[in-house]
Amino acid sequence: MRNLASLLFAGGLGFLLMVFGLQFDFGNAPMLVGQAIQSAAPEQVGAANIVTAVVLGYRGIDTLGELAILFAASTAVGLILGHRHTSTKPDPDSGLILRAGGELLMPLLLVVGLYIILHGHLTPGGGFQGGVILAAAFFIPVLARPSTPLKHTGMMLIEGFSGAAFILIGLAALYSGGEFLQPLLDKGTLGNLVSAGTLPLLYLAVGLKVGAELAGLLAHLAAAEVSES
Amino acid sequence: MILISTVIVAIMLLAAVAALLFKNHVAAVAAVGILSLALSVLFVILKAPDVAMTEAAVGAGLSALVLALGLRRLGLWQIESSNSTQSSIQKSGEHTDA
Repeated sequence: MRNLASLLFAGGLGFLLMVFGLQFDFGNAPMLVGQAIQSAAPEQVGAANIVTAVVLGYRGIDTLGELAILFAASTAVGLILGHRHTSTKPDPDSGLILRAGGELLMPLLLVVGLYIILHGHLTPGGGFQGGVILAAAFFIPVLARPSTPLKHTGMMLIEGFSGAAFILIGLAALYSGGEFLQPLLDKGTLGNLVSAGTLPLLYLAVGLKVGAELAGLLAHLAAAEVSES
Repeated sequence: MILISTVIVAIMLLAAVAALLFKNHVAAVAAVGILSLALSVLFVILKAPDVAMTEAAVGAGLSALVLALGLRRLGLWQIESSNSTQSSIQKSGEHTDA
C-alpha cells in the first residue's frame, strides 16, 4: 500500500515536471538581465568569465554570505561530532585499488583544483569548484589510509587567513573610496591570466577557504567515534 | 541535441533506480555518483559550464566521498582481511534486510 502511494506520488511529480518542462524552449532561456550584464561586464570588471564577474564583482557580498554559511556549517559539525577517544584504534587501511588510486589521484587533483581556482576569471569554474576539488585531493588519502589523519591546525590556519584576506580585500576597496568588495587594481587585457584586478586574488582566497574548510569537515567526519553495534 | 539530452536523462533515471535497487551499498553510492556526472553533462548541454563544474565536483566527487565515509562510519562498508570476509558479507546482508 505504501509502495503504491509512493509510486503514485512519483508518477504525479514526474507528470507535473514534464508539463512544466514542455512550457520552456529547451536550452534557450529568456535572458533579460543577463544580456545587460553580458554587454557591460567585460568593460566594467575585466573578467572573461561573466559568471565570475557577477559572483565576485557585482554580488561580492553574496559570496561573503556563502562563505559565512559554510563556516557556520563546518563549525557546527566540529562541535557536534567531537573527538575520537584516544584508546580506540583507527580504521584499517583500504584495499589496494583505493590506496594506489589515491596516491595517483592526489597530485593530479591538486593541479586541477589550483588550475580551476587560478583561471576562475577566464574559464568556467572558480574558487568554490576548485576548492571542493582541493578538499577531495586532501581527503582521498585519509579515506585510503585512515591511520594517518589530516593535521587540523594547518587546515584551520589556512582557512582563517584566507577568510580574513577576502574581507581585507573588500575593506581595502572601501578604504580607497569605492564600495565594499568593489574590484580594485588594473583590469589588464581581457583574457590574460593577470587581469580583472582583485578578482583572481578574491577567488584564490575563496578557493583556499572552501578547500581547507571542507577537508577539515571531512576529516572531522572521518575521525568521529564509531558506534558499537 | 535533444537526442543526446534524452539519452543522458535515461542514464540518470537508470542510475537513480539502480541506486535504489542495489543491495551492495558501495555500488549504490557509485550509482548516485553516475547520476550526478550525467547531470553535469546535461548542464554543459544547457550552456551552463560553471554549474556543470560545481555539479561534477560537489555532486559526483564530494558527496560520493561523504556517502562512502558514512557507509564506513555505519559499518556497512567494511575493509576486512581475507579470513573474515565471510562474516562481513553476512553482516551486510543483515543490514539490507533491516
